[in-house]
Amino acid sequence: MKPFQYLRPKTVSEAVSMALDNPEAQYIAGGTNLIDLMKRGIASPPKLIDINHLPLKKIEHRYDRIRIGALALNSDVAQHKLVKTRQPLLAEALLAGASGQIRNMATVGGNLLQRTRCSYFYDVALPCNKRKPGSGCGAEGGINRTHAIFFNGSEVPSCIAVHPSDMCVALAALDTSVVVAGPAGERRILFKDLHRLSTKEPEMDTTLNPGELITSIEVLDNAFTGHSHYLKVRDRASYAFALVSVAAALQMDGGKIWDARLALGGVAHKPWRYWAIELMLRGQPPSEKLFREVAEHELQSARAGEHNAYKIKLTANAMIAALKIAAGIS
Amino acid sequence: MANDQTNASPDASNEDRRFFLKQSIAIAGLSAVPTGLLQAALEPDDGPVGNAVKIQLSLTINGKRKRISVDPRMSLLDLLRENLGLTGIKKGCDFGQCGACTVHIDGRRTLSCLTFAVMQHGRKVTTIEGLSHGGQLHPLQEAFIKHDGFQCGYCTPGQLMSGIACIREGYADSPDEVREYMSGNLCRCGAYPNIVDAILEVKKEGLKV
Repeated sequence: MKPFQYLRPKTVSEAVSMALDNPEAQYIAGGTNLIDLMKRGIASPPKLIDINHLPLKKIEHRYDRIRIGALALNSDVAQHKLVKTRQPLLAEALLAGASGQIRNMATVGGNLLQRTRCSYFYDVALPCNKRKPGSGCGAEGGINRTHAIFFNGSEVPSCIAVHPSDMCVALAALDTSVVVAGPAGERRILFKDLHRLSTKEPEMDTTLNPGELITSIEVLDNAFTGHSHYLKVRDRASYAFALVSVAAALQMDGGKIWDARLALGGVAHKPWRYWAIELMLRGQPPSEKLFREVAEHELQSARAGEHNAYKIKLTANAMIAALKIAAGIS
Repeated sequence: MANDQTNASPDASNEDRRFFLKQSIAIAGLSAVPTGLLQAALEPDDGPVGNAVKIQLSLTINGKRKRISVDPRMSLLDLLRENLGLTGIKKGCDFGQCGACTVHIDGRRTLSCLTFAVMQHGRKVTTIEGLSHGGQLHPLQEAFIKHDGFQCGYCTPGQLMSGIACIREGYADSPDEVREYMSGNLCRCGAYPNIVDAILEVKKEGLKV
C-alpha cells in the first residue's frame, strides 16, 4: 500500500480545511470500502483524514424529521428506537445490508459514499472507465449479469455498474436531505441529487464538491409506518449484494393508496426512484393487477445487456411482491 | 538506499528509524516500490498527528493497556498478529469477506482486517486470547467442543467472537436468526449446523457471555 499522511482532526472545520489542502485527500470513517480499495491499489489517497473523533454520532428527532449524524454506525441506526418506530423501512434496509461486523463499522456517511462498483472496477488488469477514465468498460463485452438495466434516457453510459447500498434505496424512497459542511459553510442536498449517473465522468459517484464533508442526513416524518417493506433478492440468503432490491412505502386510508414511494437497488448507477409509478398508484385501491400494470409500464424503459435480461422480469416480480407486502394484501 | 532516507521525521527515534528503513527496504525489494514514494513517507510531520513514518497509539488489548507506534498502513489484524503475537485471531481473506479476523472493539464485533490500527486509538480490543480466564474456557468455547463446532479450526476464533456478539446483541433466538446474524463468518469445512447448535444452546441456557 502506498504511504499516506494520516491526520486526525477534532472539529468539522479543521477536517474540511485539511481536505482542501489536497484535492486527492480522502476522509475515512468506518473504512470498510476505502481500506478494501486501498489494499488492492485501486484507491491511493496521499492524505487520509480520520474523522472518527468528530462529534457526529447523534440520532435525534427535531420538529418534523429524524436527524442522523454522519458517523452513526449502521447497526446503531438500525436498532435505534426512533428509526424503528418512525422509519422502519430504513431499519429494515440497513439490516439487509452487509454483515453484523460490517454494520458495526460502517457509518451512515460512509454508506452514502461507498463506490458504485463491479468486479471489473476491482480488476486492475482490465479496463474500467470508473477506475481509469477513458480506458473502456470491461463489463460491456464481458460478464454483465449483475449490471444495470436503467440508464439516463437513451444516452450511452460509460459505466454500467450498480450502486450496492441497501440503506440508500430506502433513503431514496423517503424524503431525505443530506447535510454537508464545506468551505462555504453548510448546505443541504436532496437525496436524489447526491449520486450521479454515469453518462459523463464515471469516476465521480456523487455531486459533492472538493473538501465537502457529510455531517448528517435528515429524513422527514411520514405516514408510511405499517405499510412499508424492503425486499432484497440476492444470489445467497445473506451477506451478498442485491441483484434487485425494492423499497416500497404506501400511505393507505379507506382501502385506497393516498401516497406511494418506490425505489430500486441493483438496477442502476444510483438508487433508482420511480416517480411515475408513485403517481399512477395514487387514489387507487391496491391489487396485484394494479401493481403488475405499473411495474410492466415502468420496465418498458429497461435495457438489458448480454447476461442480465433476467433482471427485467425479476425487477417486475420484486416490485409486485414488495408492494403487496406493503399494502398488506397477499 | 539508506543515504536517500535522511529526511526522517525529527521526532522519530533512531530505533524507529532503523526499523522503518529495514521495513522500507524489504517493501521495496518485494514490490519494487519506487524510492520516491518511500521518501515521501519520510517527509516531516505537518499535521496534528503525524505522517506515514510511525504514529503513537494507545490501545487496551485483553485488559492490558499498551502504547505502540505503528505505520498507519498497518491493519489492526496485522498489529495484533505480527507485532503483538496474538495469533489466535486469523487472517483469512484480508478483505472483509470471511470473518476469520473478528475481534471485539469496545465490546462490539469488528473486522480487524478492514481497519487501520491507528484508527482504534483509545479503544478496548478483545481477541480470542482474552476470552478464557485462569484456564477456564468461555461457555461458547465449551459449547463448540461439545457440539463439534469446527473441523480444521481456522475460522473458529472468528466464529466464537462473532457468536458471542450475536448472543449479546439479542439475535440468537432461532436457527434462522443465528444463520442470518452469523452470515459474516464463513466456514469452508461446513461446520455450520454445529456452530448454530452451540450458539443456540448457550443462549438458551442463559449463560453470561
